[in-house]
Amino acid sequence: MIEVRGLHKRFGGHTALRDVDLDVARGEVVVVIGPSGSGKSTLCRCLNRLETPDAGTVRIDGEELPEEGRALARLRADVGMVFQSFNLFQHKTVLQNLTLAPTRVRGLPRDEAERDARELLGRVGIGTQADKLPAQLSGGQQQRAAIARALAMRPKAMLFDEPTSALDPEMVGEVLDVMTDLARDGMTMVVVTHEMGFARQVADRVVFMADGEVVETGTPSAFFDSPATDRARDFLAKVLSH
Amino acid sequence: MNVITDHLSEFGHGLLLTAELTLLSLAGALVAGTVVASMRVSPVRVLRAAGMAYVEVLQNVPLLVWLVLAVFGLPEIGLMTGLFTTSVVVISLYQGAYTAEAVRSGINAVPAGQGEAARALGLTFTQSLRLVVLPQGLRTVVQPLGNIAIMTLMNTAMAAAVGVVELTAAANRVNLAEATPIWIFVTAGLAYMALSGLFGLVTGALERKWAILR
Ligand SMILES: Nc1ncnc2c1ncn2[C@@H]1O[C@H](COP(=O)(O)OP(=O)(O)OP(=O)(O)O)[C@@H](O)[C@H]1O
Ligand SMILES: [Mg+2]
Repeated sequence: MIEVRGLHKRFGGHTALRDVDLDVARGEVVVVIGPSGSGKSTLCRCLNRLETPDAGTVRIDGEELPEEGRALARLRADVGMVFQSFNLFQHKTVLQNLTLAPTRVRGLPRDEAERDARELLGRVGIGTQADKLPAQLSGGQQQRAAIARALAMRPKAMLFDEPTSALDPEMVGEVLDVMTDLARDGMTMVVVTHEMGFARQVADRVVFMADGEVVETGTPSAFFDSPATDRARDFLAKVLSH
Repeated sequence: MNVITDHLSEFGHGLLLTAELTLLSLAGALVAGTVVASMRVSPVRVLRAAGMAYVEVLQNVPLLVWLVLAVFGLPEIGLMTGLFTTSVVVISLYQGAYTAEAVRSGINAVPAGQGEAARALGLTFTQSLRLVVLPQGLRTVVQPLGNIAIMTLMNTAMAAAVGVVELTAAANRVNLAEATPIWIFVTAGLAYMALSGLFGLVTGALERKWAILR
């Protein structure tokens, strides 16, 4: 579904990604973990080319991501993205946030888009918030709305970049629940997160990154119970000791 | 006071023309400014350069020079437009340069994540600008745009110099007949103040209406 080969990304003199390969099969849930600055966000953003890699290729469903333009927009429409800071459109209601892209990109009639949107909002548990502005919602509700907005495009895959890191602790669970349901429904997902519980329970595979490289990859049980590299052991010792 | 009441219709016509010049030029400036600001943030280098050149060239020559150039230059190249139309176009393009700078600062005030989220959903750069970034950016610069509107109103007086009988030219004509400049120009000044006060009110109302919750 997602096929990454030899990805390189530099910011000035700093190399954020170094020769990264990654394959995500249809329906697979891959959780990316690693210390701060290891390139997790950069990798995630390269997957839909919000960040332009310096070298390497990304294929989505067999098609290589092209340069910025209409063709890229078309491919992006098939890949949902959820950001740490929600990024809901502040000047539009929750419902309008969900219908904007389906009507403008997919050409869906307004009433059909609204019907889909209300159904999705119900699915993520905020059906009653449809006509509010994003700023009137709690963080957890905003992030669920953002997930619903991405799902409204009926994407083939979903990317999550630390979707719960900006949330108050009591709201983390409601967002993870939505993501867990999504994974159970067979969605192809790449999830950057520090939620080790989620990684252990929901991931099919864990990818550990450090210094811009994929250091280790394996099933959650193999990775958490017997990490193969020192760097992964150090990292796990730090995060799991809390 | 008789000088004013005797010439009410001249003043009225002048005021009407000033209002028309202002509103049409403002509409033009908003369109030109939005297009040029969009060019200045576009991913295409040539468009960015063209947008920047536009602003630099327009802002660095006085409006009066542009007006005179257009009024005498356009017929030379075979374009016969009326004085009023020429003035509207020139003032629009000139104020458009200032509008572009205001709009651009509005665009830059919108968090980058808004445009990224739009593009991640499959909207093209142009769509994300038009549907997501500009609507938010414009709301944050209502106040500076209001100031540009008032500046546009004041600058319509330049059209007097190329023969458009707007408020200032009308006052001048009345003065040629009556020779009581103080009364006549105080009246014209008050009319300008009233109009710009109106713009101030509209700006304030729009700003309150469009305040974005964050
Ligand atoms: N736009 C940018 N300009 C310059 N440097 C950047 C930019 N984005 C990321 N970097 C750098 O690239 C490296 C990788 O960043 P990235 O955001 O991918 O890390 P991360 O693993 O997501 O970290 P975190 O857990 O803190 O989110 C970091 O050193 C960061 O400072
Ligand atoms: Mg990150």
